[in-house]
Amino acid sequence: MINLTINGLPVSVEKGTTILDAAKFYGFPIPTLCHKEGLSPYGACRLCVVEIGEGSAAKLVSSCTYPVEDGLKVRTASERVLKARRIIIELLLASCPQSKTIQDIASRHNVRQQRFRQEYEDCILCGLCVRMCKEQMMAGAIGFRGRGQNRSIGTPFDIKSEVCRLCGGCIEVCPACQTRCTYTEPGKAICGGCANLAPPCIEKEQFHDMMCYMSPCVACEIKKA
Amino acid sequence: MDTKNILDIIKKHNKNKVSLISILEEIQGAYTYLPEKALRLLAKETGCSLTDIYGVATFYKTFSLKPKGKHCVSVCLGTACHVRGAQNIVEEFKRELSISPGETTPDNEITLETVNCLGACALGPTVVSDGQYFPHVSKSSVKEIITRTKGGGRSIAAEADIRIFPLQVSCPLCGKSLMDHDYIINGHPSVKFNVSMNGKKVWLRMSCLYGKHTVELENQLPPNELSRFHCPHCHNEFPSFSTCPECGASMAALFVREKCSWEVCMRQGCQGHILNLDQINLHKKSDKGKNK
Ligand code: SF4
Ligand code: SF4
Ligand code: SF4
Ligand code: FES
Ligand code: FES
Repeated sequence: MINLTINGLPVSVEKGTTILDAAKFYGFPIPTLCHKEGLSPYGACRLCVVEIGEGSAAKLVSSCTYPVEDGLKVRTASERVLKARRIIIELLLASCPQSKTIQDIASRHNVRQQRFRQEYEDCILCGLCVRMCKEQMMAGAIGFRGRGQNRSIGTPFDIKSEVCRLCGGCIEVCPACQTRCTYTEPGKAICGGCANLAPPCIEKEQFHDMMCYMSPCVACEIKKA
Repeated sequence: MDTKNILDIIKKHNKNKVSLISILEEIQGAYTYLPEKALRLLAKETGCSLTDIYGVATFYKTFSLKPKGKHCVSVCLGTACHVRGAQNIVEEFKRELSISPGETTPDNEITLETVNCLGACALGPTVVSDGQYFPHVSKSSVKEIITRTKGGGRSIAAEADIRIFPLQVSCPLCGKSLMDHDYIINGHPSVKFNVSMNGKKVWLRMSCLYGKHTVELENQLPPNELSRFHCPHCHNEFPSFSTCPECGASMAALFVREKCSWEVCMRQGCQGHILNLDQINLHKKSDKGKNK
């Protein structure tokens, strides 16, 4: 067991636990965005920052990727952490203001405006979809491409993937495209998948181990009935 | 695209995805770019997902997914060159070649690229064509650079463009070819001969690309030790005319098209080598060898 203190409270957790999990277990909330149970930690969004160490050695780390250490002193809500978190939220809002997930996080943290140049990105490169596809859907159909400004998510060679299971898992976890479904305004609808009574997954018979992630879809059940 | 060649490259690295970058480098070395088919094959052979391979291939600037031209012209846009008007030089190249940076002329001759500092700032604006540096380039010299590039250049550095330096190598003593067409290294037939050290004899195959230094040995020999090179046909030891510029050991001379000699350092692990264009000297020695 590893002994550490979180916000002054001495606690002990198993070796290998992340600060995030330890804090959650002891009831200290830490907001997250690119972290999801069942997927490996990735540390892309930095929303989960906490402060560790003391005095001049104190530093900010992402709690979702930082394994606990003996004697670690963690502060999950210090002045510095709150300030950094607000800036991160502002940056997220600056790149993807239309995301419901990000809007919710902003309002929970009382961030009412952002001071950066406004952009409208489709993707915040959180990597959730990539990990979902690879680790839960065992498909590895999508991944990161390019670098820096040109980094993007997609399939190799930008062509339809042969290994995609059409499970919808990537869309389900995406914090940026959650608001994209506009089926109530059919003119603007992107896919209409939810109203599709002959969903493509049914034709994809080659997937003997079809994994379905779309909890509201149930189109296959309707067809059976 | 030759599937076998790519399979050979992958096999050489034991189909190990840890060597992914080295494999990609070798494929790119052989084809000037990474063909889609090669990446798919690589995914199948190594078990690494195509998505991951594609991610690596697009991450590094050295890798290209589009075929490159025979020649590559890089215009420096680094700070020092920029303030000396490098942008105008790029514009002039664009106009002359009718392509943008990153593109290749339709006749597949020249690929135009921009780079951020070539490490020769005092010479700026700098242009490098197939490894040859052109200093203080002005708009008016662009045309000449293009002409010289297409002509193959005059003093092109050996390592710069591997496609112009595959050598045909033969034994200077018996005249038989040392090329092994069944064993490809760096996309070309390899050069094969025997190496002996302390009574141990193994084969050695090296890349016929001058400046590449890719060497494969049948068995590992102790590094930094001197070895002796023999012809696999006449079993004579190759003659030696020079000492290695890198380490001072004696070098073995191989013949290139019965005219010039390619001298390779006999110290294991040393990459010293020279291309000797002085032919007379060699002919004499080779006659002697033949009379033996
Ligand atoms: S639909 Fe499923 S398999 Fe296809 S890319 Fe998304 S997560 Fe991967
Ligand atoms: S597409 Fe969505 S889930 Fe995938 S990286 Fe971008 S924001 Fe994250
Ligand atoms: S609920 Fe049925 S139709 Fe909908 S995605 Fe899942 S398997 Fe396909
Ligand atoms: S949740 Fe930790 S970095 Fe995103
Ligand atoms: S800036 Fe052009 S060589 Fe350095």
